[in-house]
Formats: sequence, structure tokens, C-alpha cells
Amino acid sequence: MIHFKARKMLQTADGELPLDVSFSIEKGQFLAIYGNSGAGKTTLLRILAGLTEAEKTNIEVGNEIWDSSQNKIHLPVQKRSIGFVFQDYALFPNLTVKENLEFALQKGDDSKIIPELIELMELQSLQNSNPQNLSGGQKQRVALARAIVRKPKILLLDEPLSALDDEMRFKLQDYIFKIHQKYQLTTLMITHSIPEIFKLSNKVIVLDKGKILKEGTPGNVFSEEKISSKFKLTGEIISITKSDIVYVIQVLSGNNIIKVVATEDEIKDFKIGQKVLVASKAFNPIIQIIS
Amino acid sequence: MIDFAPLWLTVKLAFITTLILLFLTIPLCYWLAYSRFRFKAVLEALISLPLVLPPSVLGFYLLIAFSPENVFGKFLSDYFDLRLVFAFQGLILASVLYSLPFMVNPILSGLKNLPVSLQEASFTLGKSRFTTIMKIILPNIRPSLLTGIIMTFAHTVGEFGVVLMVGGSIPHETKVVSIAIYEEVESMNYDNANVYAGILFAFSFSILLTVHLINNKSRKTTLY
Repeated sequence: MIHFKARKMLQTADGELPLDVSFSIEKGQFLAIYGNSGAGKTTLLRILAGLTEAEKTNIEVGNEIWDSSQNKIHLPVQKRSIGFVFQDYALFPNLTVKENLEFALQKGDDSKIIPELIELMELQSLQNSNPQNLSGGQKQRVALARAIVRKPKILLLDEPLSALDDEMRFKLQDYIFKIHQKYQLTTLMITHSIPEIFKLSNKVIVLDKGKILKEGTPGNVFSEEKISSKFKLTGEIISITKSDIVYVIQVLSGNNIIKVVATEDEIKDFKIGQKVLVASKAFNPIIQIIS
Repeated sequence: MIDFAPLWLTVKLAFITTLILLFLTIPLCYWLAYSRFRFKAVLEALISLPLVLPPSVLGFYLLIAFSPENVFGKFLSDYFDLRLVFAFQGLILASVLYSLPFMVNPILSGLKNLPVSLQEASFTLGKSRFTTIMKIILPNIRPSLLTGIIMTFAHTVGEFGVVLMVGGSIPHETKVVSIAIYEEVESMNYDNANVYAGILFAFSFSILLTVHLINNKSRKTTLY
């Protein structure tokens, strides 16, 4: 169990903003932190890691106290059982991939974890390369592996996938999930992607201007308004075909083709290429022209 | 036949000055780069002062300070039996002050260009500040360190004004090459002056060439 409570003045472009956050996570949970830039997400992770000091804090991890402004306790970064993946990966340019991982070993650690992680993250062919010769996704995998070498209790990911293309993202999401489960981590990840939150996390907090706006499971946080009455999609008519007594209109929305049934009367106004809005109330779709 | 003692003395002075400055500057620059200290700008200006100050001005103040008739010089003489005026030790102290910006500037800019996250990543991996500096920070600013070392060495070799004010021209003690050239010219020994000058010229050129070669090479293998 992690209890986190912190208050700190943030210096933002729009002046001072108080960050005032308090939440708890169960051991083994995957927490997503979602919110606009400047909401204080990175600062929150940095306070938990001990990289940034806050004015008022109370951080308990299991039965250890990491930070307590009341009792003047501030456990140094080095003593906290964390793995931190930075937004810019922060791989050491003077060391090879393998040396980057080995650097994270502590005195008396079993070095068997290095080949294990290299295999798990599929870094075999890259282990003797220099970090500056790797692609973004490869760097990310190395950074992730390096953060796990110490077998931390908590894994902190600061927007790890924001700079990657979709294909790479999906792959790395799988790697992150694999690591989260295999090493029984409690993971906190900052992300801007709602699909990512649904795929990986079982708890999410939405941060806005330094405060927690919403907190709960991804389903609760993101779908409460939308699930109630209707959904809306915009798209373009790509074909209208007759099928027995009704007509079938195909609408392209994003990469999806939606088939909508219409009567002969309704079809009169529709033309191929028109922009339309497809909305559904319960199981009764309605289709109307928007331009 | 020319006297090689001034050459040897110059090299000795430059070597010791560089060594002292290297050990002094690394912690100083680390502190300047990462701490938030209110009067940092004042300190940085003071460090850079020898770049613009005429060497004779610095030399003059040092001469006054080192003089056993004044507080600092008296203190050194009374408690440590150390006399810095017209002595090799005095030259070292003067050179350290005079060449300080030549070591500080490249190392400081190297540190400022290094992403802070490298250091923080090392901390999150459980490494102490000392290990981080030795294993991560210094290896990643190697070109800056080399530039600092070479420039400091070369600059100390080229000193004239400060040496003349603080050290005078005592053979085997404070008579370095630049002073020797001046004296040879004064006593019309142009041939000897020519040899000294030629050696310094060739030396300075090869030093600068080395710096540029290092910088070009490091630009090709940029960190990020």
C-alpha cells in the first residue's frame, strides 16, 4: 500500500499554482496519471521518487516512511526502492546498452538479472551498441530494463511512450505490462492516451491545475457521461446500396466503416461524399446530415 | 648556448598549476552548475575577471597581498614560514588565480550542456553523488575537460605580466621563458630570444591545433 500526500507551489508559465494531491494505491496496482501539461503530473512522480522536495509531504510505502514534513523525514533518492523511466530516456552515452544495465547493479546483487532482462526486452542484438545509435523505441526498452535491474517496488514512468509512433507504442505497452506483472511492481505512469489507460491500468487519477479532478477505474472515470444516452460519430458517406426493401449506407469514420440502414424516403437527401453525423440512442441509430 | 632552465621552470609551473586547477575546478563547477545560490552571478564574474583585467593589475594586487608587511603576507610568514613574493610558490598561486577562467569556462559549459536527467537517473539507480560524478558526469564531458586542461596549460606558459610583478626574474626560481625572452632582447641577444620565441610559438600553435582537433572529433560524436 502506498499513501501519498504532498503540497508544493509550482512555478508555471501562468504564475504560481499550488499542487495539492493525496491518494493511495494498493501493492501491485497499475496507476495511470492523466491530465493537461502543467497540471503537476511530473512533479508528483518526482516528489514520490525524492528528486523534488515538497513543502508538505507524507509518503508511506508499505510500512516505510519515505517523506514526512511533520517528522522531518526525507529519504534520499538512492534509498527509495524505485525505478524511474525519464521522458528523454536518460541513457548514459558513455556506456553501452549492457553497461547501462550493469551500472544499476548494487554491491552484492545477483548479476543474473542482466541477461534475464536483456532477453525479456529482446535487446540481445543491441547489448554492445551505444545508446546514441538506437531508435526511440529501442532506447525506451533499454531505459525500462535499466529501471528494473534493482528490482524496485515501484516503477515510475514519465510519459514513456509519447514520442513513439502507434506501432511502437502498442509493442512497448506490452513490454511494460509484461514487466509490471513479472516483477510484481506497483506502477505509476503518466500518459495522455486514453486507450493506453484502458489497456494497462486498473486505476486512474485525473489531475487538473494541481488538484485531483477524478479518481477511479478507467471505466468509471472516462465513460460515465458517454455511456448514459448516446454515442456520436462523424464520417463521410462512401456508398449507398439497395438491399431488398431498405437501403444500406456505408459511412467511413476514421478507419471504421459503419453500415446504417435507411428507408427510401430517408435516402433522398443523402449523397456519396457527404459529411454526416452518426448517433445512436440505445440500439436505434439515427443518421443526419451535418454539412 | 641558451639556458634551458627557464623552459623547464615554465613547464613545471604550467603542470602544477593545471593539476591544482583541475582538482579545484571540478567541484567548483559542479556547484556552480547545479546549486541555486543568490550571488552566483557575482562569483562567476569574479572568476572571469582575469580574462579582461590587465595581468599587471592582478600582479600588483597579489604583490601587495603577499608582502610580509601586510596582513595576509604576515600571516603566511608568521604561521607557515611561507614567503610568496619573488618565490616559485607565489607564482603557482598567482597562476592558479590568473588561469582559473580558462579551466572553469569549458568545464562549466560542458556541465550545463549535459542533461540533468543523466545525473538524476544515476541517483534513482542508487548511486551516490561521488560515483555519479566519477562514472557518469566526468566521462560525458571529456572533451570539455581536455579543452580546459590544454587551455590552462598553454595560458600559464604564456604568462608574462603577473609573473613579472609577483616573481620578478630569479633564475631557477621565477625566471620563466616569457621573462627570459624579454631579458635576452633587453641585452641585445636576439639569437637566444629567437630560440625561446620559436619554441613558444611552435608549442602554442600545436596546443591550439590539438584543441581544435579534439573539438571537431567530439562534434562528430555528439551525445544526443
